[in-house]
Amino acid sequence: MTAKMTMAQAINSALRDAMTADESVVVFGEDVGPLGGVFRVTEGLTHDFGEDRCFDTPLAESGIVGMAAGMAMNGMRPVVEMQFDAFAYPAFEQVVSHVAKFGNRTRGRLRLPMVIRIPYAGGIGGVEHHCDSSEAYYAHTAGLTVLAPANNTDAYALLRAAIESPDPVVYLEPKRHYFSNEAVDLAAADSTIGRAAVVRNGRDATLIAYGPSVPIALAAAEEAATEGRDLGVVDLRSIVPFDDDTVCEQVKHTGRAVVVAEAPGFASVASEIAARVTEHCFHYLEAPVRRVTGFDIPYPAPKLEHFHLPDTARILDAVDELQWEDAL
Amino acid sequence: MSSDQRDAASATMRVLDEAGDLADGADRPDADGLLAGYRQLVHGRRLNELAGALVRQGRLAVYPSSRGQEACQVACAAALSEGDWLFPTYRDAVAIATRGVDPVEVLSMLKGDWHCGYDAARHRVAPQATPLATQLLHAVGVAHAARLKGEDTVVMALCGDGATSEGDFHEACNFAAVFAAPVVFFVQNNKYAISVPLARQSVAPSLASKAVGYGMPGVRVDGNDLAALSTVLGDAVERGRRGAGPTLVEADTYRVEAHTNADDATRYRTADEVDEWAGRDPLTRVSAYLRGVGVLDDDIEAEFTTDADRMAARVREGLGVDVAPDPGELFAHVYATPTQQLVQQRAALQAEFDVEEAR
Ligand SMILES: Cc1ncc(C[n+]2csc(CCOP(=O)(O)OP(=O)(O)O)c2C)c(N)n1
Ligand SMILES: [Mg+2]
Repeated sequence: MTAKMTMAQAINSALRDAMTADESVVVFGEDVGPLGGVFRVTEGLTHDFGEDRCFDTPLAESGIVGMAAGMAMNGMRPVVEMQFDAFAYPAFEQVVSHVAKFGNRTRGRLRLPMVIRIPYAGGIGGVEHHCDSSEAYYAHTAGLTVLAPANNTDAYALLRAAIESPDPVVYLEPKRHYFSNEAVDLAAADSTIGRAAVVRNGRDATLIAYGPSVPIALAAAEEAATEGRDLGVVDLRSIVPFDDDTVCEQVKHTGRAVVVAEAPGFASVASEIAARVTEHCFHYLEAPVRRVTGFDIPYPAPKLEHFHLPDTARILDAVDELQWEDAL
Repeated sequence: MSSDQRDAASATMRVLDEAGDLADGADRPDADGLLAGYRQLVHGRRLNELAGALVRQGRLAVYPSSRGQEACQVACAAALSEGDWLFPTYRDAVAIATRGVDPVEVLSMLKGDWHCGYDAARHRVAPQATPLATQLLHAVGVAHAARLKGEDTVVMALCGDGATSEGDFHEACNFAAVFAAPVVFFVQNNKYAISVPLARQSVAPSLASKAVGYGMPGVRVDGNDLAALSTVLGDAVERGRRGAGPTLVEADTYRVEAHTNADDATRYRTADEVDEWAGRDPLTRVSAYLRGVGVLDDDIEAEFTTDADRMAARVREGLGVDVAPDPGELFAHVYATPTQQLVQQRAALQAEFDVEEAR
């Protein structure tokens, strides 16, 4: 059963289906009620499920996340929205010191089944504080599951899984794809947390990406094919837990890997991936693992963002440097 | 805290009523001062209209309009002396322009050139803050440092009704009160935080009444009454200047336009409500009063309008000049001295251009 929908609609469907299936699922945040969210992801939920199930809060992210933690302690499954990536930072203390650690602190007696949805990353010409790739902060914090869907089917399936997870989940929505229309097959979607997907098979090298960088990696692979190079693409889907098996199987097969991510490269998720691949696949590698990332700078103003963001040209340049001469 | 102070925090101070008549018990405002303020209101309104038009023409990416709030914008900037500081938000372009910053520089941020288009240090105007309420603590810091250095600087810190729900708002008020910092917290209560109405932010009797809990005076003022705002903000600045500490001022006003051009306000409020507030326009009230006392006539009004049109033409022209952004700048300001990695990354980007040029 496939239907055409945008990513915003796919996420909306996941919220609806979860709210219908489980009365303890509640949605709240800033402007998520009557307005339906600034990206319309929560459109109609207050109307259809009532004020108690989907509501606006006072404007305070620490309050939203902290209250969600308490509600999760008391049997509910809150799904909260941070309006933009950088506006989640006031909640950082709650996320890092409490949401991530409660299960461990209480020896598993109080787990916090909650989801923090964050529209993230750039590519929309947004002004400052609206385009951060903040995944490394969360991925670095033990206790958080960090998911980054790249397509509309996964956006649905992974959110359903996140809501059902006993652990707190940071759910990163690539905002530049909110309004991209795709055929979505809700029934066939893979809702396994921690499983990467091989979205393109390739013999020569493996591109590893997640979230908004997956379509760019796929476009680069397309372009490489016209030049006679066969690149595979792995979509992580889940940053934490990390699927070493799928990633390494692909890299061992090709012997070459390029990691693509929009966030600044220094101390990043891309760095972690490169390190893991190097450790696990060292004897199979024909060249050092390369990273194509944003620069180590604050996210640029709109007119400059295209200089910062990884594009197909940079990916293909990195691929070119994977010591092909030696292979001849 | 005296009972007077508690009353001031809940009653709304007014000098001119909606028709432009002197409010009961109010002192007559200084007519010349008010005329100068009116000129700034006309300019402020024109700037809001211009920015709106530039967005529609695709010249600006986005504009959070302060239409209907121009009296707040003008009064808070006009209350400051040259050595004082202003801490504005994204909605306060008109306040910044009133302070004397070239509107071209103010609006250039919204063209997407850089995060702040004016010289924040020279003008003593902080960059427009987007992360809500965070700038209020910086304002307290600037004020406290001024006190420690023996300067008589006062800091005007702006935020909206929604921002008063953030933890940083509370911390800033408390710090300022504890350190008797010369800060004026000026809350423009325009009744909405994007779609969320005031009732969802606070059930306190007023936002100004929050001051009671911090041990500082709180004053609620008609935010569409330039004369009242000038008095209240002038007093608050003077209070800070003489070392008596911070004041919280709440302006009762209304966001007449949508949150930004990207917002659809019809989803969460009625046209009747908007019309009602549009009828309380801050400009007509002042002009009615000034005409009544014989200080304003058609000639002066025409002169103000011509001036404002000239300003608008100049700003439009200034914003029409597209300077190609310099990608090298991406790496220049991150640290006082760029790190080795940034130097390498800058060179790598330059190499991409060189390759393109060679093609
Ligand atoms: C910390 C933070 N959270 C959320 C936002 C997104 N946001 C931008 S403006 C706004 C509403 C602010 O309302 P208010 O403080 O009343 O100011 P107004 O826009 O009405 O002038 C929101 C939620 C933000 N900028 N910063
Ligand atoms: Mg407001």
